[in-house]
Amino acid sequence: MLMPTFILLGIFVYFFLGKTIYYSTTDWGENPAQPALSETVIRENIGFENYQNLMTDIIQAMFRNSLTNMFFFFVFFVIGSIALGLLLTIILDQKIVGETFFRTVFLSPMALSFVVTGTIWRWLLQPDGGLNALPTVFGLEPFRFNWLNSQEIWLQFTWDKVPQYLTFVGFAILAFLAVRRALHQDWRSVGFMGTLAVMMLIIFAAGVWDRIWLPLDVAEAEPSIAPKGFNAALVGIIIAAIWQMSGYVMAIFTAALRGIPEDLREAAQVDGCSNLKVYTHIILPQLRPFVISTIIILGHTSLKIFDLVFAMSGPDNARTVMPGILVYTKGFRQNSFAQASAIATIVLLFVVIIIVPYLYIQLRRHD
Amino acid sequence: MKRHLILFIAILALQLMIGGVVAQEQAEGGVLEIFSWWAGDEGPALEALIALYNLHYPQVKVINATVTGGAGINFRAVLKTRMLGGNPPDSFQVHAGQELIGTWVIANRMQDLTWLYEEEGWFDVLPQGLIDQLSYEGGIYSVPVNIHRAGVLWYIPQNLDSWGISVPTTLDEFYAVCSTLQSQGITPLVVGEAWTVIHLWDQVALSVLGADGYEDLWNGDLSPSGSEMIAVWDAFGRVLDCTNIHDNAAGLSWQQATDVLVAGDAAFNVMGDWVAGYLSTTLGLTPGEDYGWADFPHTEGTFTWLSDTFGLPVDAPNESAAIAWLRLLGSVEGQNTFNPLKGSIPARVDAVGAVPELYNVYLQAAADDWAHERLIGSMMHGVVANERFMGDFNQVLDIYVQSRSSAGAAAAMEEVCIQAGACGF
Repeated sequence: MLMPTFILLGIFVYFFLGKTIYYSTTDWGENPAQPALSETVIRENIGFENYQNLMTDIIQAMFRNSLTNMFFFFVFFVIGSIALGLLLTIILDQKIVGETFFRTVFLSPMALSFVVTGTIWRWLLQPDGGLNALPTVFGLEPFRFNWLNSQEIWLQFTWDKVPQYLTFVGFAILAFLAVRRALHQDWRSVGFMGTLAVMMLIIFAAGVWDRIWLPLDVAEAEPSIAPKGFNAALVGIIIAAIWQMSGYVMAIFTAALRGIPEDLREAAQVDGCSNLKVYTHIILPQLRPFVISTIIILGHTSLKIFDLVFAMSGPDNARTVMPGILVYTKGFRQNSFAQASAIATIVLLFVVIIIVPYLYIQLRRHD
Repeated sequence: MKRHLILFIAILALQLMIGGVVAQEQAEGGVLEIFSWWAGDEGPALEALIALYNLHYPQVKVINATVTGGAGINFRAVLKTRMLGGNPPDSFQVHAGQELIGTWVIANRMQDLTWLYEEEGWFDVLPQGLIDQLSYEGGIYSVPVNIHRAGVLWYIPQNLDSWGISVPTTLDEFYAVCSTLQSQGITPLVVGEAWTVIHLWDQVALSVLGADGYEDLWNGDLSPSGSEMIAVWDAFGRVLDCTNIHDNAAGLSWQQATDVLVAGDAAFNVMGDWVAGYLSTTLGLTPGEDYGWADFPHTEGTFTWLSDTFGLPVDAPNESAAIAWLRLLGSVEGQNTFNPLKGSIPARVDAVGAVPELYNVYLQAAADDWAHERLIGSMMHGVVANERFMGDFNQVLDIYVQSRSSAGAAAAMEEVCIQAGACGF
């Protein structure tokens, strides 16, 4: 009975996945002498040239902008949804009146599609109405923030510094893991982390990054003519996404709370734990595996985001562009099918980076 | 399990058979599938044309397939998947120029219609500048049904009077008007989302380069990174300083931008003449009294045009019905049925003269200009540059808006030209 599913998945997922990766290494749509939509188009293999162009060509600054947008959206959306979801869970856990009613209310945005959410929030975030007009109800000055059209860029950084940031993040993760292992008195692991850190330091100091990154480096002018950073216009989109998904996080956490035996809580209270301590020492540690699953689910949603941005700020808004939108515009408007495939493959790579460690942890746990 | 597999295959086979039967039935019944982005406001004009077609060919069942989205933004994606999948419609809407030639004709997806032009005598009634943009290597590949004028300067006469300004005819006059208005807290020129800004760039380029220079840019006689183009970007920067680009522009559709104009918060709007349809029909204003129009400063004597055309794809399933459709589109009767409702002018120069009372003041003036002025293809609407260029030009625009570096933008534009094989590269 597995066979039909297997065949269909094989054709409609893995075959086309392979084909997309193959097209990303061709010049389909890159060679003006070969019309992209011709039936007899000849696609030459050009290796990783499309990827290199995406990372370095000044014209593709839009793509690098979309990667930074995706990164900031990922970070703030995941943190925001989990924080708000957790807050809702804890509030509803206080045995308040009408708990079921509120749970339904908070969960209902989940039932909407991103297009609907996007349309509603686009109206709410209009420069002269909605949220901006809210303070006038209380006789205050209206907000003047351009939620979806702001041209401001916060937290600016330059593209050529990315290896340094990555190295720094690597150190931070290693240090965090080392401290945790040290608390468990697992000195062998600490030694392993230390060796890794020293190796990273050597690699960094020897300028290996510069060798790898420089051929991939962008034009010197880029920092000034195409600055990167957290585009303020994303704030509105992040708010809408959190509004939609925090109820879902709440549902997962509520289910998880139900799984925590009541005795544990009572035992802690009998031992004289305050309410706060019950949460920080009993409940939250029990929720940890669920937090990881939630990060995975929200994470891959944010990497693939398309419809919400399309509905809220359109496909041509340079400040809120996302890789998914570029795949659409480059592929089906500009006929740059190879470039679109390369972008799709890069997004796939990020999804794999998030999902594979998760699968690894899951499988190991089952063993 | 084996039984299930057999059942599965049987269902699959049955579906294929039913699909085949349906397709055959349609062909025998006489079907014509027209694929366009005309829905909503523009729907009635197309429906009138289809009704006229059915009057002449009652036995043909017309399938009006539309995909909404201004200027065919979403439509083009659907069309491409259909064409790539070997399932072309009988006739589809396409802008004249590179959107037709650079995407479909060079890919050998369209049929040559020169014989139809000869039979119908269209060579005598369509301007040569238009026919040139439908031709490639000696063939003509689509039939134009209407003409829209792009890059018109719209304003509300009463408002200009109350602010004490007149319509500028040169860029220097425009800058002067701009500072007068800004000192009164009025936005001199309202723009909307990215494409409306590119549409404005088109007019600034035409204004600075002149008609000859503008044409040279697209056929390769003028370098996209040369000093003339630096001057274009410099002027564009000064014009942008008179707009709301750093305020709420990215969130405004062209209709919303026009609303800003009507509300008196802005003095001018540079947009195509679909604005006239919106102001007259939707808002009920009288052309020439409640709203006025003029050439963009220093572009008088030119007519920036775009044209909706229909072509005949290779392997169109119902070719004879589609050819009858094209004949109707090119006829005086067809163009006079469609254009008054659409708010555009006929591509044929002899159509308005046949029944002038069908057209309002604005359209009559535009039709007169169409017959006499110098025709300039609109870059924004895919006449002079191909789709690849159009998409990447968005990036060039963003580079300029972010950096205000004329040299940087000009260099980026040259690279886009080279990569896209546009501007004569």
